[in-house]
Amino acid sequence: MNSFASLLGKLDIHALPHDKITQGGAASLVLGMVAVVVLLTYFKRWKWLYREWLTTVDPKKIGIMYIVVALLMLLRGGADALMMRAQQATSVGAAHGVLSSDTFQQVFSAHGTIMIFFVGMGLMFGLFNLIVPLQIGSRDVAFPVLNATSFWLYAAGMALVNLSLVVGEFSAAGWLAYPPLSELRYSPGVGVDYWIWSLQIAGIGSLMSGINFFVTIVKMRCKGMDLMKMPLFCWSVLTTSVMIMFAFPILTVTLTLLALDRTLGMHFFTAGAGGNAMMYVNLIWAWGHPEVYILVLPAFGVYSEIVATFSRKSLFGYKSMVGALAAIAILSFTVWLHHFFTMGAGADVNAFFGIMTMLIAVPTGVKIFNWLFTMYQGRIHFASPMIWFMGFVFLFTLGGVAGVMMAVPPIDFQVHNSLFLVAHFHTMIISGVIFGYLAGITYWFPKFFGFKLNERLGKYAAWCWIVGFILAFGPLYILGLMGATRRLDHYSAAMGWQQLFIVAGIGVLIIGLGVFFQLLQFGVSIWQRKARLDYAPDPWRGRTLEWATPSPVPVYNFAKLPEVSGRDAFWAMKQTKQAAADKDFMDIRLPKNTPAGLLVAGFAFAAGFGIIWHIWALLVIGGLGVLSSIIIRSTAERTEYTIPAKQVEQIETEARARESYA
Amino acid sequence: MEESAVVRPPSLKEERQEADSKTIFGFWVYIMTDCVLFASLFATYAVLHNNTVGGPGGKELFSLHYALTATLLLLTSSFTCGLAILAARARDKDKVLFWLGVTFLMGFGFLGLELHEFHSLAVSGNSWRRNGFLSAFFTLVGTHGLHITSGLIWMGTMMIRVAGSGLGRINVRRLTLLSLFWHFLDIVWIFIFTIVYLMGGAGV
Amino acid sequence: MSEIAAYRAKEGGSMRSYTVGFIISIGLTIAAYLLVTQKILSGWGLVYAIIGLAVVQLFAQLFFFLHLGRGPNRKWNFVTLILMLIIVFIVVAGSLWIMHNLNYHMTPQQMNQYMRQQDGGI
Repeated sequence: MNSFASLLGKLDIHALPHDKITQGGAASLVLGMVAVVVLLTYFKRWKWLYREWLTTVDPKKIGIMYIVVALLMLLRGGADALMMRAQQATSVGAAHGVLSSDTFQQVFSAHGTIMIFFVGMGLMFGLFNLIVPLQIGSRDVAFPVLNATSFWLYAAGMALVNLSLVVGEFSAAGWLAYPPLSELRYSPGVGVDYWIWSLQIAGIGSLMSGINFFVTIVKMRCKGMDLMKMPLFCWSVLTTSVMIMFAFPILTVTLTLLALDRTLGMHFFTAGAGGNAMMYVNLIWAWGHPEVYILVLPAFGVYSEIVATFSRKSLFGYKSMVGALAAIAILSFTVWLHHFFTMGAGADVNAFFGIMTMLIAVPTGVKIFNWLFTMYQGRIHFASPMIWFMGFVFLFTLGGVAGVMMAVPPIDFQVHNSLFLVAHFHTMIISGVIFGYLAGITYWFPKFFGFKLNERLGKYAAWCWIVGFILAFGPLYILGLMGATRRLDHYSAAMGWQQLFIVAGIGVLIIGLGVFFQLLQFGVSIWQRKARLDYAPDPWRGRTLEWATPSPVPVYNFAKLPEVSGRDAFWAMKQTKQAAADKDFMDIRLPKNTPAGLLVAGFAFAAGFGIIWHIWALLVIGGLGVLSSIIIRSTAERTEYTIPAKQVEQIETEARARESYA
Repeated sequence: MEESAVVRPPSLKEERQEADSKTIFGFWVYIMTDCVLFASLFATYAVLHNNTVGGPGGKELFSLHYALTATLLLLTSSFTCGLAILAARARDKDKVLFWLGVTFLMGFGFLGLELHEFHSLAVSGNSWRRNGFLSAFFTLVGTHGLHITSGLIWMGTMMIRVAGSGLGRINVRRLTLLSLFWHFLDIVWIFIFTIVYLMGGAGV
Repeated sequence: MSEIAAYRAKEGGSMRSYTVGFIISIGLTIAAYLLVTQKILSGWGLVYAIIGLAVVQLFAQLFFFLHLGRGPNRKWNFVTLILMLIIVFIVVAGSLWIMHNLNYHMTPQQMNQYMRQQDGGI
């Protein structure tokens, strides 16, 4: 591999995809991007794109970008899921299904990586950006430019993963790339390197966001909003941010060690020269377990907001909810070995982590009960967010019980890496994380766009997801107990598994129908927006401060920063019929747009591509580019602009007028 | 509209103090995350430090007095960095530049000592490619060295900036952040010196 | 000058504070160095001693150089420090326990060696 001679490193024509499925995927990706470029050019929107979106530091816009990218990635991850189900439903006995073994392995690796890092984390950070500043009565996050940089680093990681579809290949080592399979000897191609560097880049962005939102909530709450008066969603963001801050450095280190093994010939995980592959498994799960709680805790926060609003009651047991969040945050760092009970540790170690795993179910149970107690004797309105919640409560509890079963090491020895495990974690992630964030998007959509999404289509979507999920994963619990291992691309007909796999396939199709209804919902709602536009600032009769602003929210959030005295601050404002501010407006200073984040991420992307393909010049240019962008940005002098009081007054007056008209 | 609802807007001074306090706190939080990063590297080193595959270990390879020299150099630079900050509070530009310069030279010297050690290990057949122990050693100490390098680049830019535009509020704040970073790196080095060099040299 | 005195009271940091911290750190560093090179202690006793000295130096530098416990953010600085230390302890101690345990159970030919280690000294 004379990669140093050529300037292009390992890159050559063979990097383009060879099999039909990958070619199809690559082609649709390229066509999609070409379509976007054509549309932007035709409608002459490049300047608008740059000014309004690429250089923005407004968390509301950044939140929308996160969610758009995450939903697009949901389609890609979902396509992977459809392919896997199709393969496992048909690849029996003499038949070998629709995918080659190698492609299947890349598909399930891409599926997991994309869903966790780019769908889950994307939706999560999207909601952080949209909701936290509003709920704490602030104008912005603590570090707006850092925030923008976080988003663009996430996008750069996403771009690398998608680029692997067109140039090169993706990892075939699963979403966590255990060595020795992920070492150079057994994965000599660029796939694992794409995996490493896209996650490394996106991971730095996540870490920065964790710090950002932690400082935002600690330092920027409005007057009177003590920590124990914050909306519960903000508590979930605070605890999640702590977990992000302390878990992601472990991921950074682990990815680096694997990269050092692969690129510089080190021996962290290569047994022959004193490495220890088990250390990788240990470290990656020391990050990985907190990660799954990072994903789900904000979803719990969303549910807390939704259940209270749609039961017309304040959340039951606020203090115990906060305590539960804090307990889960700390405990999530004490259970990670349950992901490798079977790796060979002794009974004492397994027992300790088994007990800790069972313990962590307790605070989660507290939360479930509190949500139900909130609903009890409330006046419940079954809008689509509540339907997502009902699906969650039912499914998450069942899936959680499966988790407690597996916390018992002897049981886990039977079902580890079987489809029982796969069913469990999909239940947690889909009914917990995905339902929660989709419900949140529906719930908060009118705040940012001035009109609600079509409720009927939303309900169809929710029901399809719930029924589809039961059909897709119910059989997997059974298959796991029947002995079916995960990641199988073929099995013998004698196993008797095919019928259940077919049912699972139908389930995924129904989920796909749900996704179709959601796309239709967006399309129809946006198409009909002029008719639906009601600018209602408080369409669901909410309880928290975000509803105290006009819809859509003006760039400065609040004309006057609110002062609160209790929980459910907006509800209190409504009870006391507190009038909206209509005089004594002041000048408002906000941070200016900047391309700094985009540049840093762009150079990081280039550096990543350079390392992957051993194009060292590109790595150097990318690295220097990142450094220069940071230094040049630090020399920027006038980084804020002012909205004069008169203009604030004008914006507010127009907003009020719109509302009364509607 | 009740008169009591009129809020006195924060003064510019209060706003700026709040902004500075927020930035400095944010940097402290970042340093906490960097501690977790180093902790993971220490854990890896601890697991792999005996995996020499028959080759020489710390006892054979590390020179303790060399490491002590480097340690005292970095420690002194941490002290002189503190002196630079005192000068910054006193708005004494020349003193700031002097002490930052001294800190920079000592830090640069530290880096030089470390690179020299790396070089002699590498040419004697003990590079990071040899075994798990050396991979862990080079990565742990090397990561610290990369942080030192970043600190030196930052220090250089700050010296240029202070020389050019003086000790305004923003520059003083940035110097505060830099000093937090530099002190933190010395604290990490205490543990590298203890766990890698002292324990390695003792054959533990 | 009163601005500096006021600052010192609020934020911490004075010539005295840095000098005391510096001298303590030098002392602790040299003490640890001598413990090893003069072979004053050995085995686990040595390990505990030098790690103890390192931890003391950590606190000395946290207080004298980083002014922990002073400044406008002192409460939250302290909270984040404690949280970090808890997590670091769990992850590092947990990892060392797990990896040692795995090595013990996974390498039967070295089990004798480990058993000898458990029973006495290093």
